[in-house]
Amino acid sequence: MIPVEFDYVKVTSIDQAISALKAGGEDAKIISGGQSLLPVLRLRMAEPSVLVDCGSIDEMLGVRDDGGSITIGAATTHHGVMNDPLVQEHALLLAQATATVADPAIRHRGTTGGALAHADPAGDVPAAALALNASFVIAGPGGRRTVAAKDFFLDYFTTAVGPDEILVSFSIPKCDWGSHYSKFNRTAQAWAIVGAAAVVNVQGGVIKEARIGLTNMAPTAIRASTVEAALVGASSAAQITAAAMHAADGTRATSDLHAKADYREHLARVITARAVRAASGI
Amino acid sequence: MTTAVETETALGKPIRRKEDAHLLHGQTNWTDNIQLPGTVHMAILRSPMAHAKITKLDVSGALAQAGVVAAYGAKELGDLNGGVPCVWPVTDDIKMPAFPALAIDKVRQVGDCVAVVLATSAAAAVDALDSIVVSYEQLPAVTDMEAALESGSALVHDEIETNACYVYKMPCGDYEASRAKADVVVARRFINQRLIPTFMEPRSVVAAPMGMSDEITIWSSTQIPHVLRVLLALVTGIPENNLRVVAPDVGGGFGGKLQCYREEILVTNLAKKLGRPVKWTETRSENMVATHHGRDQIQDIEIAATKDGKILGLKVTLLANMGAYLQIITPGVPLLGMFMYPAIYKMDSYDFTCTGVFTNKTPTDAYRGAGRPEATYAIERIVDELAAEIGMEPMELRKKNWITHDEFPYTTVAGLTYDTGNYEAATEKALAMFDYDGLRAEQAQRRASGDPVQLGIGISTFTEMCGLAPSRTLGALKYVAGGWEHCTVRALPTGKIEVVTGTSPHGQGHETAWSQIASSILGVPVEDIEVIHSDTGRSPYGMDTYGSRSLAVGGQAIKAASERLVEKARVIAAHQLECSASDLEFINGSFQVKGDPSKSQALGAVAFEAFTAHNLPPGVEPTLQAEATIDPVDFSYPHGTHLAAMEVDTETGQVKVRKYVCVDDVGMQVNPMIVEGQVHGGVAQGIAQALFEGAEYDEDGNLLTASLADYLIPSAADLPSFDTGTTVTPSTTHPLGTKGVGEAGTIASTPAIINGIVDALRHLGVTDVAMPASPQTVWRTIQAAKEGAK
Ligand SMILES: Cc1cc2nc3c(=O)[nH]c(=O)nc-3n(C[C@H](O)[C@H](O)[C@H](O)COP(=O)(O)OP(=O)(O)OC[C@H]3O[C@@H](n4cnc5c(N)ncnc54)[C@H](O)[C@@H]3O)c2cc1C
Repeated sequence: MIPVEFDYVKVTSIDQAISALKAGGEDAKIISGGQSLLPVLRLRMAEPSVLVDCGSIDEMLGVRDDGGSITIGAATTHHGVMNDPLVQEHALLLAQATATVADPAIRHRGTTGGALAHADPAGDVPAAALALNASFVIAGPGGRRTVAAKDFFLDYFTTAVGPDEILVSFSIPKCDWGSHYSKFNRTAQAWAIVGAAAVVNVQGGVIKEARIGLTNMAPTAIRASTVEAALVGASSAAQITAAAMHAADGTRATSDLHAKADYREHLARVITARAVRAASGI
Repeated sequence: MTTAVETETALGKPIRRKEDAHLLHGQTNWTDNIQLPGTVHMAILRSPMAHAKITKLDVSGALAQAGVVAAYGAKELGDLNGGVPCVWPVTDDIKMPAFPALAIDKVRQVGDCVAVVLATSAAAAVDALDSIVVSYEQLPAVTDMEAALESGSALVHDEIETNACYVYKMPCGDYEASRAKADVVVARRFINQRLIPTFMEPRSVVAAPMGMSDEITIWSSTQIPHVLRVLLALVTGIPENNLRVVAPDVGGGFGGKLQCYREEILVTNLAKKLGRPVKWTETRSENMVATHHGRDQIQDIEIAATKDGKILGLKVTLLANMGAYLQIITPGVPLLGMFMYPAIYKMDSYDFTCTGVFTNKTPTDAYRGAGRPEATYAIERIVDELAAEIGMEPMELRKKNWITHDEFPYTTVAGLTYDTGNYEAATEKALAMFDYDGLRAEQAQRRASGDPVQLGIGISTFTEMCGLAPSRTLGALKYVAGGWEHCTVRALPTGKIEVVTGTSPHGQGHETAWSQIASSILGVPVEDIEVIHSDTGRSPYGMDTYGSRSLAVGGQAIKAASERLVEKARVIAAHQLECSASDLEFINGSFQVKGDPSKSQALGAVAFEAFTAHNLPPGVEPTLQAEATIDPVDFSYPHGTHLAAMEVDTETGQVKVRKYVCVDDVGMQVNPMIVEGQVHGGVAQGIAQALFEGAEYDEDGNLLTASLADYLIPSAADLPSFDTGTTVTPSTTHPLGTKGVGEAGTIASTPAIINGIVDALRHLGVTDVAMPASPQTVWRTIQAAKEGAK
C-alpha cells in the first residue's frame, strides 16, 4: 500500500500542465482528486514517474452559464457539482448521478472531470453525461478541440483524451426535461452493478423524446437507443415497461462477483423502466 | 457484617463513556503511531498461490537495496521461525501440523509468509521485496471441504496423510429413538459462510529491546496482551519475565485480534536478534488474507418432532473449515457452538458431530460470537422450517417448546444449566414493539395483491453462553488456559482510586463500566477512578477480552476487590475513630459511627493513614489495596427475542430491513447506554453476515473478495434504525447479576434476517436462501422456485 516513488508538480495554468506532461514523458500522469489514481498507485498497478496536479487551474474550477449551455470545470469536485445551482437547474440528472458516487468524503476530494477522464465502466457520471449530450473540451500540445459525448468514451478506461492531453471542462446543453438516475448496488457506498440515467421530455402525458445512459453494461457507458426509440409515444407504465425490455439490446454486460451477465441484463431492464417512470412521472 | 450501603450509586446509569473524548479528539495512540528511534520496518513477501512448493528462494538481492538492514527466508531465520501456537487440541488424536512463521519449502494459503525484509523505512522495505527471487511449483489446491475428505484428495499437509483434523462427537440421549417416535423429521443443509473480521484498525506490532534491562516491550494491536505474553515466551524462548506486552488503543478486534500471529512472533524475535525496534503494520490487502477468518461451516441439521409441534430430538453434523493451519483456538470454535444448538428448547435427545477439515485457505478462528452464531443460525432456521412443515405459526412453535420462566434453573439436553431467563417476557415485549399482528396483516394483503415487494417476518428467539468460563470446564474441554479474571483496587493517598483490570478493552467501554462498579462500592465519584489495563507491566494478571467475558467475569473481580478494600479500610477507620469495626457503616464513601454521624472518616482519609502508617492498628500492613482473582461458577446465558420485517423486491431480488426490533435480556446493566451500543454494533454485524459479507475463493484458492470493494461491509446507510429494548432477569451465578452483551446482537440477528426473507417468499415455493442474501442470490432463488413450481 506504499506507491513507488514519484515526482509531483503543481501547475496553475493549462499551458504549464501541457509542458509538465511533455517534460514528464510517457510516464507522466495528471492527478485531480486522486480518488481513483491513488488506489491504483498504492496497489502498484501503475508506476508513474511524475504526477501533474491540475487542481489549482482557475479555468478548470467551478460552473458557468454560457447561455444555451452550462460549462463545468473538470477539476470541480463531485460535491461542488452536485450542489451547484446552475447544475441543479439545468442539468439535474448530473447532480442526481453525482450524488450517488461513493460517500461524502470521496465526493469532497474526487472531481467530476476526473471521473469522466477515468471512464470506469461502473462510474456513475459517464451515463449521465451521455444522456445529457455533454461535449468535452480537451487541450493538448496541438491546441484545443471539442469532442461530443458519443465520441468521448472509447473503451474500458479509455477516452478521447490522449496521454499528453488534459480534459479542461465539459458543457451540457440546458435541459428542463424530467430526469432520474437509478443506481443498483449492494451497499450505499458500493459501485453500481447497473445504473440507468434518464431524461424524458413529456408533453401532455405522452413521452415525446427520451435519452438514456446505462452504467456498467459495456466497456463504456452506453446509450439505450432501442429503448429510447420505443419510448416515443408511451403514456402508460405498461408501455414504459415494455419499451424497457430492450434495455439490454446491444449491451456487452460482464460477469463478476456481484452479478453474472444475465442478471445484469435483467436488472438493466427493470431499473431502466424505473428510471424512466421516475423521470417522466408516468 | 455490613457491606457498602448503596445510596447514590453510579451503577445502572447511562453515563457517557469516559474514553470517548480521547477517541473522538484524535488523541489516540495506535500501535502504528509509535515511533521509536532506530526502528526498522518489516515487510513481508507473501505467497500468491494457495498451494505450491517453493523451489527456489533467494533473499540476497534485497540486501543490496538502499536502506535494507536484513532479509530472511525460513532457512536464514533458523530457529527464530517459531511455530504459531494452538492452545485447544480438542481431541486426543487431533492432527496438529507445524505452523512455522515463514513457510518452509511449501506454501499452503494465499498470503502465507515466505520471506521478510527489514529496512530503515517502510517504503524501502516494500521496495526491496521486488528483489527477492522466488519460484513456485504449483500444487492442486484443496478448497472444498467435502472433496478434501474424499480419498485421493490432494493433501494440505502431506505428513498427516489426511485433510481431517479431528472428529468430535457429543451424543446426548438417544436421537435415533426420538427420530423413530417422530411424526415429522425436517433436514436441511445450511452453509455458514466464511467471514473476514475487517476491524477498522489493521494489525500492527512494534517490539523493542529496552536497553537498560533485558526487557523486550511489545506493543501490539491485540485483544489479548496477557495471553500473548505467555505464548510469545513459550514460542520465542525469551523468558516471560523479560517480556512486557502492551495493547495501546486498539481499533476493534471482533475476535480477529484474539490471536498469537506469525507476524507478532517474527517482530519479537527479530527485535531481539537485531537489537533494535522492529515495526510491522499490515495493509488492508494483507489484512484480508492474513488475519484469521471466521465461520465457514457446512451444517447438516435434522429436527424430529411430533405433528403437533413437540420437538423430540436434534441431530447436527458439521464440517468446519480450519483453513491451512491451526491458530490459537481454530479447532475449538465449533465446540463453543456445540452446546448451543438445542438453544432455548426442551427436547429428549441431541446428537452432535463435527469434523474439522484442512483446506488451502486462510485459517479460521474466533469471530464475534465464535460458534454460537453458527448454532443459533441453524436452530432458528430449522425451527422455522419445522413450523412451515407442520403448518404452525413459527412463534407458537417456539412457545410450545421453550423453557418457561418457572422451569429455571434448567439443565438442557446438552448438559448446560441455564441459571435464569424469561423468554416469555422478552418475546411479549418485542411483539408489542414490533406490531406483529399489523405486519402479518400487511403481509397477507401484499401476497393477495401480488405486490412486487413482498413482506416477511423473521424471528430469532436466541440464547447463548458467554463469559468463558469456569476454568475446570475449560480443562475438561482440553482448552489449555483458565477462565478466571483478576483485579487490583488501590486507594491512593491523595484520595484517587486505581482499578487495575486484566481485561483488555478495544472499544467496549471498560474504563467507564469498571469505574461505575468500583464507584458504587467505594462511594468515590466515577471521575476519581482510573482504570488501568492492557499492559502486562502495569496490570500483570489477566485473561483479556473475548467471548463476552469482560463484565461477566472481570466485573466480578472489580466487585470483589472493591469490597475487600472497603473491609481493610474499615479496620483502619475503626482504629482511627476508636470504635469497633462493626460499629461503622460505610455510606457515600465515608465510614460513620452508627448513631453518631459527626464521627466519620472518608475513604480518602483512611488511604492517607494507610500511606503514612503512623497510626495503624496492630497487624494491619501499610497501603490500602486489595486484589481478587475470580473464577466464574458458570457461563452466563443472555437471551432475547429479535424480530425483523423484511421487504423483498421480487423483481430485482433486493431486500431491505424495514424494521428491526430486539429485546435483549443481559441481566443487570451496569451502563444501559453501553449495552445499547453493543447491541447496535452486534446486530449490524449479524445483519452483515445475512446480507452482505462473504469471503469467496476460486478453485485455485485465490481469495476473490480481497478488498473492501468486493467484500462488502454495510454502513449506517444500509441499515434501519434499530428499536432496542431490554428485560432484566439477573443472573444468579454472577454476583453482579450481569450477563455478557458483546456478542448477543451478532448471534441473534443473522437468522432473524434470513427467516424474514424466506417468510416473504415461502408462498412462491422458497424454503431457503443462501447467505449472504445478495440481490442476485435472492433473485435466482425466486427464479428457481418459479421453475420448480412449473
Ligand atoms: C472508495 C471509493 C468508492 C468510489 N465509488 C464510486 C462510485 O460509486 N461511483 C463512481 O462513479 N465513482 C466512484 N469512485 C471514484 C470517484 O468518482 C473518483 O473521484 C473519480 O473516479 C476520479 O476523480 P478524481 O478527481 O479523484 O481523479 P484522479 O483519481 O485524480 O484521476 C483519475 C484518472 O483520471 C485522470 N485525470 C484526472 N483528471 C484529469 C483531467 N482533467 N484530464 C485528463 N485526465 C485526468 C488521471 O490521470 C487518472 O488516470 C469511488 C472512489 C473510491 C476511492
